[in-house]
Amino acid sequence: MKNFIPFLKNKYPEDRSKVFVPSRRDFLKISSLATGGFLLGVNFQCTGPKGEPMTFAPNVFIQLDTDNGVTIIAHRSEMGTGIRTSLPMIVADELGADWSQVKIVQAEGDEDKYGNQNTDGSFSVRMFYEPMRKAGATARHMLITAAANRWGVDPSECSTENSHVLLTGTHKQFKFGELVEDLLVMEMPDPASVQVKDFSEYKLVGTDVAIYDAKDIVSGKAKFGADIDLPNMQIAMIARSPVVGAKIVSWNDEKALAVPGVSQVVKIEGAGIPAGLDKPLEGLAVIASNTWAAKKGREALEIEWDLGPNQNYSSAAQMEEMAASTQQNGKVRRERGSFNAAKSSAGKVVDRVYKAPYYAHATMEPLAAIAEYKGDGSVEVWAPTQHPQWARGAVANALGIEIDKVKMNITLLGGGFGRKSKPDFVAEAALLSKAAKTPVRVQWTREDDIHHDFYHAQSAQRIVATLDKSNKLSGWNHHTVFPAIGSTGNPDELHPSNGEMGLGCIDYPYDVPNIRIESHESKGHTRIGWLRSVSNIHHSFAINCMMDEIAETRGIDPVQQALELLGDDRDLEFAAETNNAYENYGEKIEEYPWNTGRMKKVIQTVAEKANWSSNLGQGKAMGFAAHKSFLTYVACIVMVEKDANGNLMIPEVHYAVDCGVAVNTDRIRSQFEGGAQFATSLAMTSAITFEDGRVQQNNFDTYQIIRMPQSPKKTEVHIVESQVKPTGVGEPPVPPYIPALANAVYKLTGKRIYELPFKL
Amino acid sequence: MEHYTITVNGKKHEVDAPADMPLLWVLRDLLSMKGTKFGCGQALCGACTVHLDDVAVRSCSLPISEVGDGKITTIEGLSENGNHPLQEAWVEHVVPQCGYCQGGQIMNAAALLKRVPNPSEAEIESAMQGNLCRCGTYNRIKEAILTASKSS
Repeated sequence: MKNFIPFLKNKYPEDRSKVFVPSRRDFLKISSLATGGFLLGVNFQCTGPKGEPMTFAPNVFIQLDTDNGVTIIAHRSEMGTGIRTSLPMIVADELGADWSQVKIVQAEGDEDKYGNQNTDGSFSVRMFYEPMRKAGATARHMLITAAANRWGVDPSECSTENSHVLLTGTHKQFKFGELVEDLLVMEMPDPASVQVKDFSEYKLVGTDVAIYDAKDIVSGKAKFGADIDLPNMQIAMIARSPVVGAKIVSWNDEKALAVPGVSQVVKIEGAGIPAGLDKPLEGLAVIASNTWAAKKGREALEIEWDLGPNQNYSSAAQMEEMAASTQQNGKVRRERGSFNAAKSSAGKVVDRVYKAPYYAHATMEPLAAIAEYKGDGSVEVWAPTQHPQWARGAVANALGIEIDKVKMNITLLGGGFGRKSKPDFVAEAALLSKAAKTPVRVQWTREDDIHHDFYHAQSAQRIVATLDKSNKLSGWNHHTVFPAIGSTGNPDELHPSNGEMGLGCIDYPYDVPNIRIESHESKGHTRIGWLRSVSNIHHSFAINCMMDEIAETRGIDPVQQALELLGDDRDLEFAAETNNAYENYGEKIEEYPWNTGRMKKVIQTVAEKANWSSNLGQGKAMGFAAHKSFLTYVACIVMVEKDANGNLMIPEVHYAVDCGVAVNTDRIRSQFEGGAQFATSLAMTSAITFEDGRVQQNNFDTYQIIRMPQSPKKTEVHIVESQVKPTGVGEPPVPPYIPALANAVYKLTGKRIYELPFKL
Repeated sequence: MEHYTITVNGKKHEVDAPADMPLLWVLRDLLSMKGTKFGCGQALCGACTVHLDDVAVRSCSLPISEVGDGKITTIEGLSENGNHPLQEAWVEHVVPQCGYCQGGQIMNAAALLKRVPNPSEAEIESAMQGNLCRCGTYNRIKEAILTASKSS
């Protein structure tokens, strides 16, 4: 459990290669099993001569039918990033399929069949761009081989388009479906002989492609977690421990059972402390024939709690302790030169403390999961989960059964942002279905969601910057303290892990001769998790606000300063100064380098496109920030103004992004548009606080997220053209936006921002 | 438990429910119409928006006993084939990200356009402020409403 952070892609390469490395031996094994097909995660399914379907398992990624249907499997969870469209469209483009006719089917949760399904850490496109190209190209190669054989021509004379194989220079063509029977007796091609297309040949990749589910969503047909109906299904609501670690001493369920529709009250044994990332909280569940009865039944419960060691926890008091600790020496996480020497010879010292609160995810879809425990000891689950395999494991653990007895179906997710990685709610449904002996949907309310999240940790940071006598930035001392994600599983983890420190803190990129980065101890008193961009949220806030203040102190433009301090175009390395602690999001730094030239390019681009000016005047101001996260380079400029009533408005946001090859440009833009809105909430309206161990916010009245009138009015996204390996865009929009907004607000109001959320 | 006859999308339904059961749960649990979403239960987010006689209401906070003879329209019944001008504009602008709030957004926007066929941006913002979107699709929502208002 130590340092187990699922949003960082793990380093084992077999994860990605398991289903994609073709092997002749495996192909033969499969073809002797059934009617045909092959590995490489590609299987052709067809209809038999008498109309009966001919299928075999594993059927992964591509199915071609004799009626010319093309089905592509989406194996990653769709929570709004568009991944259910963006990966299949890569396969379709390589294949030469008619995209308008392609059917997309969601894979069940099964990593032996589908490879890594943990949809987190902005790594779906990064991890699967090449495998998807290869899968599509292999199928195309086989179709072309089949057609060339029938025509008696060389395969080089053939190409695919609109789900047809064409013979160059003629009108001859085969529908894909006409070739399926040939494919069934064909051997897997040697992978080395399969060439993927050149980027310039793509018709879908690199363009705006609308999401597959758009029509279903706008007509109310799309299925989210709570939308699955099963015969005899009951609904459960759970009264969960109000303080993490609380245990039930006794209860009276008489009044709850008297509510019409309520059938049963079931205790869920909670993990206690440590709460763990994958266990339900202790609770008392009311099971009823409908949601309303379950809710009323829950309200009628009388429970006596032993509130446990967190019952006096105050987040405000801990924040004061955390902030005070940054005045002491901490654990050194990166060292270059001598910061102390820089400080003692400094001309000026800027010393600031930054605070940021706990945040809840508040996905629009409150958690819900459905389980059907069956008589044979197996269970089938339907859940909006980001991490199907982890959820399967959590269900298996909770029920004490083998993981292969858990069938995991993944619905659409009504938002995820990291919350729906944790499988606590899925395990609840499984436990309750077993107890009720009927299918059960466990339904969280908004209050449950706000009260029982895995929160983004509150943080205090102190940055001390020194300027030498010639006005150069000579020293950078960054102290950071926040309860670690690891504390949720292990209370002895008092420092952020290397993974968390690598999220925008120890990877500080600027060319400053003396750097010391330190972390300080803090205890976990609630369940800490990860929220869209994780520790980058608070690190980027502090660093980019400080850089703006340093530029002002030096009397130079912050954009110019960033370009200057990034130095020559080169790849940075952090290993020596961090004692090999920099994890680079689970990737080898030689494969995904930290390149200053790419960062300078996005900074120059955003400055040019936004018509950057550090002094706009006329009641308007701009703020700037740049931050690389999840291997994607982003620079951001936010414009602010005051309306006639003196309210702050955000008329314009500009982003420049280098995410390598841009796969689906529309979904890249939409992630940045949405990221600006999401980050506006973090910057200005949202905060979770604790008193007496309890969350003080309840619903959208007290945990506020931005509404349309206050939201940024226009977000321009400038995608830097690149042929470098693609990286993700789900999280990278968030970190630079908050300080860019804070710096703009300073310019407009003269008031520096040191604490989130800021009120104006 | 009371007996009610309610009209949803032009069709009469008989339901037995306690008088205080919100319309949302009548639709979702008793009639198995899942297009209307639960978001907050307190009329704070708009995910559950339906029409009651062409007026946008939050079904999570409307008890079944208050529905009476009113005609209810849900996202499933807004148009015959998902081709209401707003639904088409939503697809054209690729508004949805996760999509969970969008049914409520569209129902709220449809009620706005009935009232104000050519709303200004300010009128749109004012009318739509009760509908939350955590993914942050507000600008595309606004563009889609403007597109639909011009096409109809």
